Amino acid sequence: MQRARVSSTVRTALHGAGLIVVVFCTLFPFLWMVSASLKTTNDITSKQPLFFNFSVTFDHYRTILGDQYNVGGSLINSLIVATSATLLAVVLGTPAAYALARFEFKRKDDLWFWFISNRFMSAVVILLPIYLLASRLKLIGNPGLLIAMHLTFSIPVVVWICTDQFRSIPRELDEAAMVDGASPLFIFWRIALPLALPGVVVSSILSFIFSWNELLFALFLTRGDGVTAPVRATSFLSGYDVPWGEIMATGTLIVLPVVIFSLLVSRHLVQGLTMGAIK
Amino acid sequence: MHTQKRITPFVFLGPAVLVLALVGIYPLVFAAWVSLHDYLLSQPNAPHNLVWLSNYVTVIKDPLFWGAIGRTLVYLLIALPVEIVLGLAIAFMLRRGHWARLRGFARVMLVIPLAMTPVVTGLIGRLIFNSDFGVANWVQRSLTGNTVGIEWLGNPSMAFVTILLLEIWQWTPFAALIFLSGLTAVPVEVEEAATLETRSFWVMLRSIQLPFLMPALTAILILRTADVLKQFDMVYTLTGGGPGSSTELINLYITRIGLKGAFDQGVASAQAILMLVLTTVLSRLYIRYLYKGDNA
Repeated sequence: MQRARVSSTVRTALHGAGLIVVVFCTLFPFLWMVSASLKTTNDITSKQPLFFNFSVTFDHYRTILGDQYNVGGSLINSLIVATSATLLAVVLGTPAAYALARFEFKRKDDLWFWFISNRFMSAVVILLPIYLLASRLKLIGNPGLLIAMHLTFSIPVVVWICTDQFRSIPRELDEAAMVDGASPLFIFWRIALPLALPGVVVSSILSFIFSWNELLFALFLTRGDGVTAPVRATSFLSGYDVPWGEIMATGTLIVLPVVIFSLLVSRHLVQGLTMGAIK
Repeated sequence: MHTQKRITPFVFLGPAVLVLALVGIYPLVFAAWVSLHDYLLSQPNAPHNLVWLSNYVTVIKDPLFWGAIGRTLVYLLIALPVEIVLGLAIAFMLRRGHWARLRGFARVMLVIPLAMTPVVTGLIGRLIFNSDFGVANWVQRSLTGNTVGIEWLGNPSMAFVTILLLEIWQWTPFAALIFLSGLTAVPVEVEEAATLETRSFWVMLRSIQLPFLMPALTAILILRTADVLKQFDMVYTLTGGGPGSSTELINLYITRIGLKGAFDQGVASAQAILMLVLTTVLSRLYIRYLYKGDNA
């Protein structure tokens, strides 16, 4: 009995220590970036890392938001692209999801599979031909093009999550409205969509995050003042002197909005990320 | 009523299908066409001669292409098991026992790596693994007493280890959270009854919890495989594929051939089409298995 109690104390202590290690490892890179963005360049490149004893400076933020780096402009570009792609995906994707959840028609499974398969497609495969077509049509640098390309992943995200959501709404509600003579469009808009709102919100946030974080399309399809924030962040790496403080300040500004967003929906995030594979 | 019913699905589905076909399928058809032609971006005025499968032959004979594929598979085969084992361990830690507040906090914090922009992950990696002033080398020097730092990003094999470390940092929480949601489905009564029979962790895992963990495991395998085959952003900012081509995963290689160094769109399109065939076959197998009860 005595031994059992000792070993359970040890286990509890180990459990707590393990949890602290997990939290520390998870948070360290993020916190290290934020702290570096607030340090002077000398403090960042000090051989002896400074964990707490550094003087806070906002110089790097002032620099990157100025005209030379124009990170502010690129963040606005990212915001425009991610918001537009998400809105379009919801407008196009929710009716499609409703149809997949409710109507019976030929080759429905194949169509559903086609939506799903976009999740597995590599952006490179589409990027090469789009780059050629867009350069011929002089569309490189056009924000509309990037938004359109982001639809290749944001529509599927919305369709998957919302199809599941619509399926979970009792069919009887639709049928009752149909007996009353309501049109399918009315039923979708006034009855099903409001009930599916949780799914719409989660899929919108996911689609926004994917679009906000996306690099490959943006790297080759945007230019000059039109680049998104992740592209801007990669551009600091060329050149001899690496502006560490500016890079970390930019990283912080890019990451903070998505971190806040995902903490807000943390409980739904996992379900969203598995595309409903785990209920 | 009947005609209206038959048309309705198309009204709802039409716009999404049309847009997705335009941005998703049309470029693929064009890529297939390009892959059968001479197509050098560096010579825009040269005629695009039909060369049939010669671009594909070039790709299949190209040792660098297979090198990049092999590197991607090695990356996958190391990262996935580590993420699964660590993720399962973390899921068990988060599930029950003491430290309720700490567990709740850890669970929420695990979301941060998932949301982290991969480009930024790579940039942070550059700072942490810097050979002069990075924290990684400070830890290494303090632990070993060495005065010389490790060339994390300058040495080919260490660079590969570094991209793996960041991959594992970013995606282990994903595995942990999915396993955790699988574990919460295990009925408490069944588990309590089983504890009367055995105290062995392994017996519990195998006979009670495993059935509930299987869907989670499948989902992790499928989604991580798909994302690793697509991996680009983090490696691009961390190493750019270097030093040499030691961290050049398949997507970085295709991008370099098609859009950066060689500008050979014909060959790059052939590579992309081969990748597409590979991922389609894999995902078709995977999805049939994962979602078998549901739709497919």
